[in-house]
Amino acid sequence: MVSILDIIGPVMVGPSSSHTAGACRLGLLARGLVGGTPTRATLELHGSFARTGEGHGTDKALVGGLMGFRPDDERLREALDIMEREGLDYRFEKTTLGEDADTHPNTVRITLERAGRSAVVQGSSLGAGRILVTAIDGFPVEVSGNLHTIVLVAEDVKGSVARIAQILADNDLNIATLRLTRKQRGGDAFMVIEIDDQPGEAVRDAIRALPWVRWAYRLDKVGP
Amino acid sequence: MFKSLADAIAAAEAQGTSLAAVALAAEAEDSGRPVADIRASLARALGVMRGAIAQGETGDLRSASGLVGGDAAKLRTGPAGPLAGTVFRDVLMRALAVQEVNAAMGVIVAAPTAGGAGVLPAVLTGLAARHAIPDERVIDALATAGLIGAVVAERASLSGAEGGCQAETGAAAGMAAGAAVEMLGGTPRQAGHATALAQQGTLGLVCDPLGGLVELPCVFRNATGAAIALAAIEMALAGVEFAIPVDEVIDVMGEIGKAMDVRYRETAGGGLAATPTGRRLAKERLVQIKRS
Repeated sequence: MVSILDIIGPVMVGPSSSHTAGACRLGLLARGLVGGTPTRATLELHGSFARTGEGHGTDKALVGGLMGFRPDDERLREALDIMEREGLDYRFEKTTLGEDADTHPNTVRITLERAGRSAVVQGSSLGAGRILVTAIDGFPVEVSGNLHTIVLVAEDVKGSVARIAQILADNDLNIATLRLTRKQRGGDAFMVIEIDDQPGEAVRDAIRALPWVRWAYRLDKVGP
Repeated sequence: MFKSLADAIAAAEAQGTSLAAVALAAEAEDSGRPVADIRASLARALGVMRGAIAQGETGDLRSASGLVGGDAAKLRTGPAGPLAGTVFRDVLMRALAVQEVNAAMGVIVAAPTAGGAGVLPAVLTGLAARHAIPDERVIDALATAGLIGAVVAERASLSGAEGGCQAETGAAAGMAAGAAVEMLGGTPRQAGHATALAQQGTLGLVCDPLGGLVELPCVFRNATGAAIALAAIEMALAGVEFAIPVDEVIDVMGEIGKAMDVRYRETAGGGLAATPTGRRLAKERLVQIKRS
């Protein structure tokens, strides 16, 4: 269903909803995995992001997103200068992240570090500012950033979904979508839960306190 | 939201109201947000549109590649042409201004996209200024434009990569034409004809930006898109009707987009991007971006 506010919007820094606004959202979403602005990051650009990214400010938008700027923040234009002033160590590489047929032309893989935590996230900008994160730490996922999201890795134990659903229900949170993936039977399970309302830190902490949860993060809604 | 402009026009006629009113009611029902909230979001968008025009008309902006910038100011202060002093020239100036701001990484409203963001604000604010139309009616017009764009998104496409420029500045012209007709006192039926007249004038328009950047010809396509919208508005308000129903015009725009060679869909592989000068400029300017 199309909203008139999707058509008359978003308010954004130009020039391209896919190369600029979408790139910014990918950066914004990625920073949630290390709980804030990463001190080091490697950004591997694929396809059209690599070819025309500089002219579209894709580099500035990704960096701005990693620093917490939203797509309508005018500081995006100076994001690379701000990054240098803040002493952040971000590097760009042009690469090929897969065959053209299965990899969206506007794709980036970001390896980020902050305060002893690190993560690798791959995502694509689909057009009109919409994004899709397709892998986190090697696990295949589908995160749109349109809703608040909790991602977690847990040991593959029985009843894990029920226990987490109970924590969310106890906090009056409604699950919109839930996806569970694992690399092998008995191996770690990766859970992506999209939630209608913003979960508080207490919810994340309650999930982290479960003995079989290896890690859990809260990703803010990044758009539209 | 409506998936057919014919349905929206019929609903507005049955209720004796405007397309803006049925659009806002449908949006409120879909989103669960009160109409006042939706209007507040549209009012914010209008403020950003006017801010972009004010920023762009000064003429001291340059895009990343330096390929575009400074042309809006020429229409404001440059030599007179046959349309000097008319709303037509003012609308062209406004369209260039917004798109120059977009190319220089300024703040705009993607309406429907960043690449086509100049047409709607230029037509609506230019005509509103000329006819002293209060903001509440311009906000209504944005709702009507949103409705038209939503129908295009549903039936065809709003992406240059999918449908060529007819889906970006072409759709923007259709949105602007229908919305402006209603803002100027036209009926929902006349608004539908205005959209059809504008969209038919852009059928087949390719997306061929130099180097893949939203700069050239995008900035100028917004000005010519706005000109087509003005032509459609003038004809529709004079009572001109287009024999092919507006939904069918939108459908065929989508069909043409699907049939369009990939070279003409934002890949910089064809059209102006692939002319000898287009290729040379893109090469030179992209090198310049890397150095700066």
